[in-house]
Amino acid sequence: MSIDLQRFHKSFFEESFEGLDAMEQALLALDISAVDAETINTVFRAAHSIKGGAATFGFSSVAEYTHGVETLLDEMRSGKRSVTQGDVDLLLRVVDVLRGLLGAARDGSAVDVEAVASTQAGIARALAGEGSRPALSAVADIPPAPASAGWLIRFEPRPDLFRSGNDPLRIIRGLEALGKLEVEVDTSALPGFADADPESCYLAWTLRLYGDVTRAEVDEQFSWVEDDCRLLISPLVVAKTTAVVDTTVNATIEAQVAERTAATKPQLTLVHGGGPEPAPAQPARNADVSSIRVGTEKIDALINLVGELVITQAMLTQQASHLDPVLNEKLLAGLSQLDRNTRQLQEAVMSTRMLPIDSVFSRFPRVVRDLASKLAKQVKLVTVGESTELDKGVIEKITDPLNHLVRNSLDHGLELPAQRLESGKDPTGTITLKAAHQGGHIVIEVCDDGRGLDRARIVAKAQANGLITAVQAETMPDSEVWQLIFSPGFSTAEKVTDVSGRGVGMDVVKKNIQALGGQVELDSIAGRGSRTIIRLPLTLAILDGMSVAVGGEVYILPLNSVVESLQPTADQVKTIAGQGQVVKVRNEYVPLLALWQLFNLRSEIREAHRGILVILESDGRKVALLVDELVGQQQVVIKNLEANYRRVPCISGATIMGDGRVALILDFAELVRTASGAVAA
Amino acid sequence: MSQHQTSQSSSAMSVRNTGIALNAETGNGQEFLTFTLGSELYGVDILKVQEIRGYDTVTRIPDAPEFIKGVINLRGSIVPVVDMRLKFNLGNAEYNEFTVMIILNIAKRVVGMVVDGVSDVMALSDEQILPAPEFGGSVDTRYITGLGTLDDRMVILVDIERLMSSSDMALVSQALS
Repeated sequence: MSIDLQRFHKSFFEESFEGLDAMEQALLALDISAVDAETINTVFRAAHSIKGGAATFGFSSVAEYTHGVETLLDEMRSGKRSVTQGDVDLLLRVVDVLRGLLGAARDGSAVDVEAVASTQAGIARALAGEGSRPALSAVADIPPAPASAGWLIRFEPRPDLFRSGNDPLRIIRGLEALGKLEVEVDTSALPGFADADPESCYLAWTLRLYGDVTRAEVDEQFSWVEDDCRLLISPLVVAKTTAVVDTTVNATIEAQVAERTAATKPQLTLVHGGGPEPAPAQPARNADVSSIRVGTEKIDALINLVGELVITQAMLTQQASHLDPVLNEKLLAGLSQLDRNTRQLQEAVMSTRMLPIDSVFSRFPRVVRDLASKLAKQVKLVTVGESTELDKGVIEKITDPLNHLVRNSLDHGLELPAQRLESGKDPTGTITLKAAHQGGHIVIEVCDDGRGLDRARIVAKAQANGLITAVQAETMPDSEVWQLIFSPGFSTAEKVTDVSGRGVGMDVVKKNIQALGGQVELDSIAGRGSRTIIRLPLTLAILDGMSVAVGGEVYILPLNSVVESLQPTADQVKTIAGQGQVVKVRNEYVPLLALWQLFNLRSEIREAHRGILVILESDGRKVALLVDELVGQQQVVIKNLEANYRRVPCISGATIMGDGRVALILDFAELVRTASGAVAA
Repeated sequence: MSQHQTSQSSSAMSVRNTGIALNAETGNGQEFLTFTLGSELYGVDILKVQEIRGYDTVTRIPDAPEFIKGVINLRGSIVPVVDMRLKFNLGNAEYNEFTVMIILNIAKRVVGMVVDGVSDVMALSDEQILPAPEFGGSVDTRYITGLGTLDDRMVILVDIERLMSSSDMALVSQALS
């Protein structure tokens, strides 16, 4: 029977790329002075399964290349060679090359032939210099597996074993080649003929392998299927083998590996078993069902449906609010139950799109490491709050800006070690990535303890570019000077490097973040370091809104921009030179913006003291918005207005209200800018 | 009676045949949805029409031209509504239970178009379509693909896609046009 391998390709590539990520992380975590055997094993396993998969699917270039890598790793794993920094660097380059090769196999993209050749030569050199003395620490971790009289193997494949292209028969034949083998088939799970799926595996085996076989040899046979089965391997205890009894012999190892959780530590215990560390206390029995891979478009469809459900539910609630609570008690109770359930459902569905920001942060150790060695700087990367969750869509779009900021900090911010020592700092600079929830926002900070921003140079450059005048250069507050960095084409770097300095960066960073509905702030102290703060909405799809009415229309204000609302007295409102109005709120004059005037609406309420003022804040600036009345607060699903129409000034989107009508969502940042502009003009 | 039926079906056949020829040559459909604006009869390619529905309450859009009535909720998506009577100064722009709008699907966008009334779907063969002369109609001749005649009535055939995505409809961002 020929199996169409094509349909497995996609999952092979996905798993391989995840394997490479795991490899990279393990390599970065590797401490040369105290090599952890488990880390090496993680790397080895990833390389091994890529090789195996590539060979099965006929990507011979990948398989051949990985073979050399595997040999090198195997030597490290078995303690035959010590791990040097050079090896780690080489292996990191290998990871990159493998990514390229896999990418080439998948999309037919070009391969960096030079890198392939150079890493291959590096591996060959490393293998040739095999004589390098074995590190004692590595050996100490790996006691030779005691040869036992044989092994008792319980092999229970998962029903979908065949789908990954594996054949139990081949494994059994492989074991047979190692020694005398007794095979017992367990057919208890076999369903009736009518219910049997020919593509599923219902059988389990109990195997007894006699002979002087090492544990590693047995594991080798199962290495391709260990993710797809329940495997119990224990030494056959023969009555006479008394003296050899060792702690490891009792260690029954459940070689069950959490499915593809590349980021977590592999739950497969090491080949040598036991040793100093205890056998896994909680074998991940249910780990193989703990995660499933779902296309994002399915999740998005679900979120849209729930969004519609929320609207329908709100519509029902609104209709029912006119009903007599006494006569319709049961209906109303049911509706409030529905309200709770919908809300919970919505939260649960939204949370499926949420990912920890770790998936972004985890790529930076590599970036920082590579860049630091290129720039001859010493850098320590600290990450805080990696578990902070945010929307997948936001995560995808935040990666590039963050990458840029980190590179900037490294290149421009941090000084060379000698300079740092001179200024009395630790020669190793620190870059901190921080994420935290703050209200309805997530705040991400990129800090460095470098030289800080150079006001004089920025001002000089801005003057040269004609961005500011000489007077402004003198009087501008620092915070505004820092904002100049975000102007297009602005770079104060003396020389353009391939790292940064082309000046196309910061304006793009700002634009990208604003496109996500976020804000960027810069903070800097000369000689002490600088800090970039990014404030982002948690999700792009739902907004906590406050609905206000003006001239018969309902508008939604993002609740996180609303500071307070008040009804002013007539003498609180002052007119400034016929240009505009301000309102005095607790010793502070706030520019007043009348929504009916801005949007040209026919409103009865034209004077501030007859309506309600909603104070909005953005970028540290406030504006008082005059509306007729406050309607309520609710969560709204953001709909794109531009899908069928064009952009409207001061409107960021639209939503559908409980009664099925459309309400427009106000863009508070633009409103604040409009108002400040009107008063300043 | 039977003769009448045959003649009708054969004419339908011929229409279909010419329609295929038309499609192959010019990409135009041969069936048109006709609607009235004032006393004039207009036709748009039926393939651009998504549905016909009654006029709902619209939400006004600030800073929009008068003929853009606003946006409606069409099963979860936000759809702008244009009143052609205001755009072309035809008919009385009254809104009552008989006011209809044609929902058009144009270049992956959905637009609602308020008209005086929807008349009929008519099939026109290419002999029945005459090139548009230079004339002083309410619609700019650039957007008129031809004049169709059927039973002594003249139908002004409008290239609705071009009209709706033109800058004077202000429906798409200026950056696009």
